[in-house]
Amino acid sequence: MPIITYRDALNQALREEMQRDDRVFIMGEEVAVYQGAYKVSKGLLQEFGEMRVVDTPITELGFAGVGVGAAMVGLRPVIEFMTWNFAVLALDQVLNAAAKMLYMTGGQYNVPMVFRGPNGAALQLSAQHSQAFESWLAHIPGIKVVTPGTPYDAKGLLKSAIRDDNPICFLEGEMLYNNKGEVPEEEYLIPIGVADLKREGDHATIVTNGKMVLVAMKAADELAKEGINIDVVDLRTVRPMDVEAIKASVMKTNRCVVLEEGWELCGIGAQVVDYVQRDCFDYLDAPVIRVHQADVPMPYAKNLERHAKPDVPKTIAAVKKVMYID
Amino acid sequence: MAKQKKVDGKQPAGSGDAELHKSLLHSMLLQRRFEERVAEAYALGKIGGFCHLYIGQEAVSTGSLSLLRPDDYVITTYRDHGQALARGMTPRSIMAELFGRVDGCVHGKGGSMHLFDRNLNFMGGHGIVGGHVPIATGVGFAIKYRGGDQVMICFMGESVVNTGAFHEALNMAGLWKLPVVYVIENNRYGMGTSLERASAIHDIYERGAAYNMNRAQCDGQDVFAVREAMAEAIERARTEQRPTLLEVRTYRFMGHSMSDAVSGTYRPKAELEEWQKRDPIVLLRTFMHERGEIDDAGVQAMDDEVKAVVQDSWDFADASPEPPLEALYEDVLVESTT
Repeated sequence: MPIITYRDALNQALREEMQRDDRVFIMGEEVAVYQGAYKVSKGLLQEFGEMRVVDTPITELGFAGVGVGAAMVGLRPVIEFMTWNFAVLALDQVLNAAAKMLYMTGGQYNVPMVFRGPNGAALQLSAQHSQAFESWLAHIPGIKVVTPGTPYDAKGLLKSAIRDDNPICFLEGEMLYNNKGEVPEEEYLIPIGVADLKREGDHATIVTNGKMVLVAMKAADELAKEGINIDVVDLRTVRPMDVEAIKASVMKTNRCVVLEEGWELCGIGAQVVDYVQRDCFDYLDAPVIRVHQADVPMPYAKNLERHAKPDVPKTIAAVKKVMYID
Repeated sequence: MAKQKKVDGKQPAGSGDAELHKSLLHSMLLQRRFEERVAEAYALGKIGGFCHLYIGQEAVSTGSLSLLRPDDYVITTYRDHGQALARGMTPRSIMAELFGRVDGCVHGKGGSMHLFDRNLNFMGGHGIVGGHVPIATGVGFAIKYRGGDQVMICFMGESVVNTGAFHEALNMAGLWKLPVVYVIENNRYGMGTSLERASAIHDIYERGAAYNMNRAQCDGQDVFAVREAMAEAIERARTEQRPTLLEVRTYRFMGHSMSDAVSGTYRPKAELEEWQKRDPIVLLRTFMHERGEIDDAGVQAMDDEVKAVVQDSWDFADASPEPPLEALYEDVLVESTT
């Protein structure tokens, strides 16, 4: 099976879906002539032309709304945010337009579109460029929120997102774009809303998503050396959330850590813990522990940034805590 | 490119057509009588939430939408009853929506601010000031993408021009040459803040210069002036795929919403009375009288007919059931994929 980067997996998904359906177009800052700020749209302008690969001014609120309007009358826009940090400017269109349109119109206008771009922290980008938005977006009824952590998932989920007749927020990772993994040559789709058991073990569960999948896998590798075997539940989609997958794992391991990139209060982990306490209360052998970003804006200095981020050592410590080791 | 329209309404395009004039008068009168009953229903508690009346501005909706094809698109703000009626939505479907009933145009999910009818390409009914303007630009983009010759008409109040969304949306429409007519219904007040207290320039249409956009200004109390200015803008959009920013000077005869007294603290009563002398319905009726196109009996007959239609919409809304409780969870997402 070919081994390709997460970036190329996304590029393949875009190209294949644009070949399949001429209503699909991509729009955003630097997607065309520049070939994508992170080169995800590389080569698309040359193949599909400027009507379908559209450079915009720096105008997030505006082009997010252009996507909503185009989707309402039957096109299938893929709106690229250079980062989800900039998408905050467009939140009105995501929250008040895309997410509510079907409901507000009594079912008359659905909004088949994808908002996508890198999410969360990279390296030393400091406070305004280092935020993870999945918990913010997951709060909103009327959209789906997808956070692929591997090249295989990125391609299969983006293709499903483009074909979905609902608005999808698709959160990638700057630090993931160069990661490589197996991606089959033949076409495949991954259903939205289904978690994936990335690694099996019966001592404890780590529930995670997006970029933190890699952290969880590394932590599990380290723990395996000590004879501790981990179930890594990759949510892949945080809205809707695959509660059955979480329950199945926790009922097997009886111990749970939730690892997420964002802040603690009202985070993804808070919701996972709620499901676990409600449905697995009698199965738990320890309180659920959460690993997350420190409750501060992201600092610049290398040591402070490292200290703020969830990482492998913090995850290992949390697993040991739910296992009452050390 | 900039030009200021001065049309006296006495020699308008198509002014020889008595039947056209009757249909324009009928459209405006329907909006007026409908909203008078809406105010009554609101006072009786049959309508809740925010409710913004359009009374005084009917020449803008009627003048603009009387020129459209069925496959053209319309989008507007939360002050949407007038445009919805002028586009051809039924009084029944609108009144039932205002009453929060299952037979409303969006089955009780939207209310006054969110009237939609996809069969008429009537795209709402939007509640965030400025939020619908980029959506209109997106529809214009889609028309161009498909190589169509439809036109998108986007209505908004003058307060919208101070939002970032307006600027972003019009810049892209000017940049990409999209077939959208942005109609500013300049009724002088954004809620209680006058244009002069909100905008650094007072000739709103001049904002079009920033977007290299054709622009014009016209009298919004004169339905013929609106039609003439709109005809030019629509033609430009349809044949040249170029946008227009049209400032229509009008006035709302009611408060901002049902919670705002008619004259309010922010505008002098004398100003209101001055504008009421230029009631768009009276202006057209007088014009038709003078030309012998309608007599007192004809006016009375039309008014009686319109009032009966509105009463029927009230009765229909009153009899319509509330939405079933299971509807609460319907239409959040669609199940389908393509």
